[in-house]
Parts: sequence; structure tokens; C-alpha cells
Amino acid sequence: MKRLMSGNEAIAQGAWEAGVVFAAGYPGTPSTEVLENLAKFDEVDAHWSTNEKVAFDECVGAALGGARSMVTMKHVGLNVAADPFMVFPYAGTNAGFVALVADDPGMYSSQNEQDSRYFAKVAKVPLLEPSDAGEGKEMIKDAFELSEQFRTPVMFRTTTRLAHTRGVVHVGGRAEAPEKKFERKVSQYAIPVYARFRRPELEQKLNRLREFAEEFAGNVVEEGNAQIGVVSHGIPYQYVKEVMPEATVFKLGMIYPLPEKRLKEFCARFDTVFVVEESEGFIQQEMASFGILNVIGKDRFTNVGELSADLVAEALNGTPMPADFSQEAAILPRPPVMCAGCPHRGVFTTLNRLGLLVTGDIGCYTLGCLPPFEAIHTTFCMGASIGNATGFNKAGERGVVAVIGDSTFLHGGLPSVLSAVYNKVPTTTILLDNGTTGMTGHQQHPGTGHSLKGTAAPAVDYEALLRSLGVEHVEVVDPWDLEATEDAIKSGLTHPGPAVIIARRHCTLLPEEKARERVPYRVEPDECIMCEECFETGCPALVREGEYPYIRQWECVGCAMCAQICPADAISVVGEG
Amino acid sequence: MAVTNVLIAGVGGQGAILASELLAMVAIDAGNDVKQGEFHGVAQRGGAVFSHVRFGDHVYSPMTPRGHVDYLLALEKLEALRYAHFVKPGGTVIVNDHKVEPIRVGDQRPYPDEAIDFLRSKGFNVVAISATEKAVELGNHRAANVVLLGALAESLDIPPEVWQNTLRRRMPDRLLSLNQQAFTAGRSLCRGEEGPRKAAE
Repeated sequence: MKRLMSGNEAIAQGAWEAGVVFAAGYPGTPSTEVLENLAKFDEVDAHWSTNEKVAFDECVGAALGGARSMVTMKHVGLNVAADPFMVFPYAGTNAGFVALVADDPGMYSSQNEQDSRYFAKVAKVPLLEPSDAGEGKEMIKDAFELSEQFRTPVMFRTTTRLAHTRGVVHVGGRAEAPEKKFERKVSQYAIPVYARFRRPELEQKLNRLREFAEEFAGNVVEEGNAQIGVVSHGIPYQYVKEVMPEATVFKLGMIYPLPEKRLKEFCARFDTVFVVEESEGFIQQEMASFGILNVIGKDRFTNVGELSADLVAEALNGTPMPADFSQEAAILPRPPVMCAGCPHRGVFTTLNRLGLLVTGDIGCYTLGCLPPFEAIHTTFCMGASIGNATGFNKAGERGVVAVIGDSTFLHGGLPSVLSAVYNKVPTTTILLDNGTTGMTGHQQHPGTGHSLKGTAAPAVDYEALLRSLGVEHVEVVDPWDLEATEDAIKSGLTHPGPAVIIARRHCTLLPEEKARERVPYRVEPDECIMCEECFETGCPALVREGEYPYIRQWECVGCAMCAQICPADAISVVGEG
Repeated sequence: MAVTNVLIAGVGGQGAILASELLAMVAIDAGNDVKQGEFHGVAQRGGAVFSHVRFGDHVYSPMTPRGHVDYLLALEKLEALRYAHFVKPGGTVIVNDHKVEPIRVGDQRPYPDEAIDFLRSKGFNVVAISATEKAVELGNHRAANVVLLGALAESLDIPPEVWQNTLRRRMPDRLLSLNQQAFTAGRSLCRGEEGPRKAAE
């Protein structure tokens, strides 16, 4: 049966068809929907873990125990899971183990643009990458087969464009994988003295994988014009075919290890060969290490940002891209903003007013760095805010606050709180508890009371958890209440030890919040003194239309933050005032 | 069959992605290879959202190269301007005559009210339709996306029953009748305008 599926949906479908039994991950764009779609299948036990390393460890255990397993993450998630990723290959797996890693060229929703293909080489793990949804569905099955054939974890790489492009997919049925019982064998799975024996075996395995790459059906030469040779893979392959349908293309599905012999034979047929790949010149560098040097690659195709058919055409044929009309017309940007009624707004309006130094973290609230708040001064990676704030304290800065969302706190914030407690650093943290993983689209986590499968789950008690870690000052505040929020931040900062302020209110886009009756506010023109202080809230419901600030009634959720700020009491509930 | 390239653009929350998914489903049912690639950054609401739908015998790139789009379907005037350079010379721009003021972060230039005239002056075949107005008239402003799809359907060689089947399959029961009316309204609104040319020409 033919169906329209995104790359992520297709990969989930393929994993199900391959008989995957257990899957775990942590949400991260563009990988999130793989696990969400896997969870829809009754045969697959899927859950959100607290972070990618935990998910990876869980899948290692499941695969050793005999269950085909898949762990999913975005590229930076692999950094978190890098420890088991580098060590597990020494032991090797029992049942099939696939790590799906989604890179984000163009940094559509990421803090960096790392090319995760290098991880496969460092870990000595085979790496497969499909070029569209339909191929992804089939190739994930190859990944499980390869994993079991060589008893190795397999890395399956996608990119944003593959993950989020829908295409035609032929769906099939599920084949249960053969049973594989775990054999207790200390020499396979424990301590360095044995791992030293595994080390040369890993090299032997890699050599066998090199031979496999020569035979792998996903590495294929598509014959065309005998004068134009191209080596490509993944989404860039589609751009090559779009721009130069006549070229002879060596399409690689297995990116590590590469088929050295076949690449040498292929490149010997041409004076020069174009190597078209996104991000870094990984394939080009591998080819150079084989002594294949008659290539044009990263000297012509940028390693910065996402490629496109336009960019490939420009680089291959010198065809310039048509410019947009921004020189002739006012093409106003539509910058991302926090939603009307977003609880984060109360915190950042207050932080801006207090003029504090704020270390940020990963989530919707990262937008707090933009005008009108400009109240985040650093953002690096999951959980970094608290450690960074501790460091600023060590450097002698005062009035430093870390802000971190609930899901991010549970992912990577806890150890940093404990470090501040242990080392007696008076780090002040604002835990933005909006009851969900907001930015990636409302995933459940250990604080929400629900599982990925939709069943009830224990919800963490943040206050008790923090007190048990030794945080003596824990205060809960409603971020819609600006005065209370300001008082709480001030008292947290004056506390001599680590303090955590929990700013608690649900994300305004959660279904139960949207279902609530909303009481919109309005600006009373007779009362308005045109000071424009209400715009300090940066609320999208509050616009400049006409002479006075105007509140879009259909967008206002009645949080009243603007009314609290207004010095003239000119903002009130519609029908009152 | 050559590849037909459609670009659907709008403001987050207007239904640009749903419209492109519907079009992609219709195109598959009509026997095409299809790719539909969408772009949405961190902005869930109020940001610019656009989606490429390409269909034909075989589609490679998920995005249509700039200057090769046959039909731009814009749910908002400023968004029509933003993506018009993707449209081929003389190509068709079906635009909702509707304005959504952007949230201002610094940029205080006035909204480009003259967008439609500007696009005509660039030689595009511009079909301006009051899709939001029509959708409100039918009972829900969110159906503007399907009004525009109706207008697009006038130019595509896809049997009406394929569109109807897809609407039935994709739309929840409570919204089906609204969207069927929106689709039909879009077709008639388009016929009232200067008819868009076919992509195959």
C-alpha cells in the first residue's frame, strides 16, 4: 500500500516492519517524530528517557537481552550519549541495535551544526544514511540486519530535510526477529583487561565491514554521461539528480566504512569527480585517505549551512540563484516570539526589569535573549545554565540567575544543582515548570504524569527532589504574577546558599489550557498615557494599530501581565474597567 | 509527465502545512510521485511557514529550485512577497487578499499593502482571492487554506473526485462539510478571476 509519509514516519514504519521490540530516546528536532510514531505500534515498547545517554544505555541492555532496539536522538543528543556509543562497539551487540541520529544542517532549531558522521568513524561503527522517506523505510531494515550479522551497533543518520520531507512510501507487514538469548560472558562485556582483547577484534570487525561495504546494495552506480562523475549520498544526492540528471552518480548508502575498491575504480574513469555532500567533507577526506585525489568537493561546495538544488547548481554549473524582492519591497520579518499568555514572559519581563545576568538553557525560553527582554546572556547546551551560573559566581559576578525548563532540568540540570550544593556556591536557578517539553511539541517527561504511550505515570515532586538534594531555599511562584515573581527572584538571590525558584504554570498551548475560558483584556484609550511600557511584555496579542496600543481580542488569553505593568491602569478586562 | 511545482506559504497557524499535505495526498492518488518538504523553524506561532509540493513521474529535490515554481499559493500578502522569487517568470501567484501584521522586533517599516500590484508589475499571473473573508462567511476563518486549494484545483489536471476523496479521508467529520464548501467556493472565486494558466504550457 502506498502512503504519504515523512522521513521520520517512514523510518518508524520500517523499524516496526523490522521487528523492533524496544525503543527509547529524548525529544530533539528533527528526530522527535521517529519515536512518537514508533510508540503508536502495540508491538513496540517505546518510552521517553530522561536523556539520550540513559536512552542509549537502556537500549544496550535491551539489545543484549535479545530485543531488537532503537535509540533516537538529535545530533547534540549523541554528544550526551557519546560515552556508551564509543564503548559499546567493543563488546558488540546481541540482538539488532540501531542509533538514529538526526543532524540539523542550517541550524533550524539547534545551537550548532555538527556533522555527526565523524562519530561513526571514531566509534568504529557502520553508518547508513538514506536519501528519501521510501529508502529510509527499507534501509532501517538493512541496519538491523547488518547489526545482527556483525554483532555491532549501527548508526543511522538523517538530516532535517530528510526527516521532514514527505514522500511516497510502500508500507509492508511486520516480521518478528529471531530470538536471541543473552549469554553471560564476562570476557565479552566487562573490565579493561578483557576489553584489551576486544580492541584488535574491533579492527578485524571493521575490516570485515569494509568488505561488506563493497557488496552493499545501497552503494550503487547510476550510469549516465561518461564525462561527468559525481559521488554523493543522502539528500545532496537528490540535489545532484535535480541539477544534473545526466551525470554518472555513485550513490552511497553506507557512509562508513566506505567501499574503497569501488570508489577507486569509479574515480579512475573520470578526469575529475565531484563529491557532493552537506556539512563537512567527510566522504572527500575518506577518499583522500584512499589516495583518491582527482576530486572537486569542499573547495566548491560550502560546508556552512544547508545545501539546496540552487546551491548545487551554482557550484556545478555556475547558475546564479534568483534574488528575492527585498530590495524593492518591505518584506518584513516574522521573528519567533513567545506566545500570548506564555508563562515564560512573566519571568523574562521581570529579569529584564531587574537587569540581572542570566545564563540560559535549551527550550522556547531561549527567546528570552531577544528584544524586548534581552534577558538571557548565554545559551549553550542541555543543562548548561546552572553550571554556567555557578562558574560566574566563582568569577566574582553577583546577581546571576540560571533559567532552565522542566524537561531540560530533568535531562541535564540535576547534577549541576547537586554540584552547587556540594560546593556551597549560592547559585540561583529559576526552574521554568510549564508542565511539558514545549519547544519540540509537547512531549511527556518524568514531571508530567504521563508516558509516551499515553498511560498514567508517576510525576516527579520537584520541591521534594530539590530539598533532598540539599537545596534549602525552594520557592514556587506563578509567573503570571509579576510582583510575586520579582519578590521570589530577589529573595532567592539574597539567600546565602543555592536557591531554586520554581515558576510554575502550564504552557498556554497545552490542550487543557486552550480549552479554558479566556477573558481578554483591552486598552482603554481615555486612560492610556502612551508610555508604551506594556510593550515590555513583548506579547504578540498587543500590537501598534492606530494611535494607542491595541489588544487583539482573539489572541489575548487574559494573563494580565500588561495590565500589571501599565502605570495608568488603562488595561482591564473587556466589559469591566 | 513533467514535474509540477507548488509552493504554499503562510503565517504559522494558518494551515499552510495542512494544505500542502492535502495537495500531496491528492497528487499521490492521481498517480504521481510526490515530495512535500516543509520549513518551520523554532516559531510555532506567528512565524513564516512554507512548504514545497512537487509531483510528476519522478521527483528528486524536496524543494523546487528558485525560479521554477509553477504555482505559489500564499495565505497572506506579505508571505506572497517573501516567496515570489521562487516562481518562474510569468508563473501563477494565487494569493489570499488578507493581511496579518507581523510582530515587530525593531523593524518599524510599514506593512507592504501594495503587495498584489507589485507582484503583477513583476509579470506574474496574480489571482487574488478573499479566501479568509469567504472562510469567515462559511463559519471558520481557518478554512481559508482549503478555499485557496479550490482555486488551485481550477488549474491542475486532477479529477474533482480525487480532491473530494482526500478531503473525506484527511478531515475530521465535524469539519468535512465546511471544508467541502470552502473547496467549492475557492473554485468559483477563481473562475470569477482571470484564469491562471496551466503549468504544462
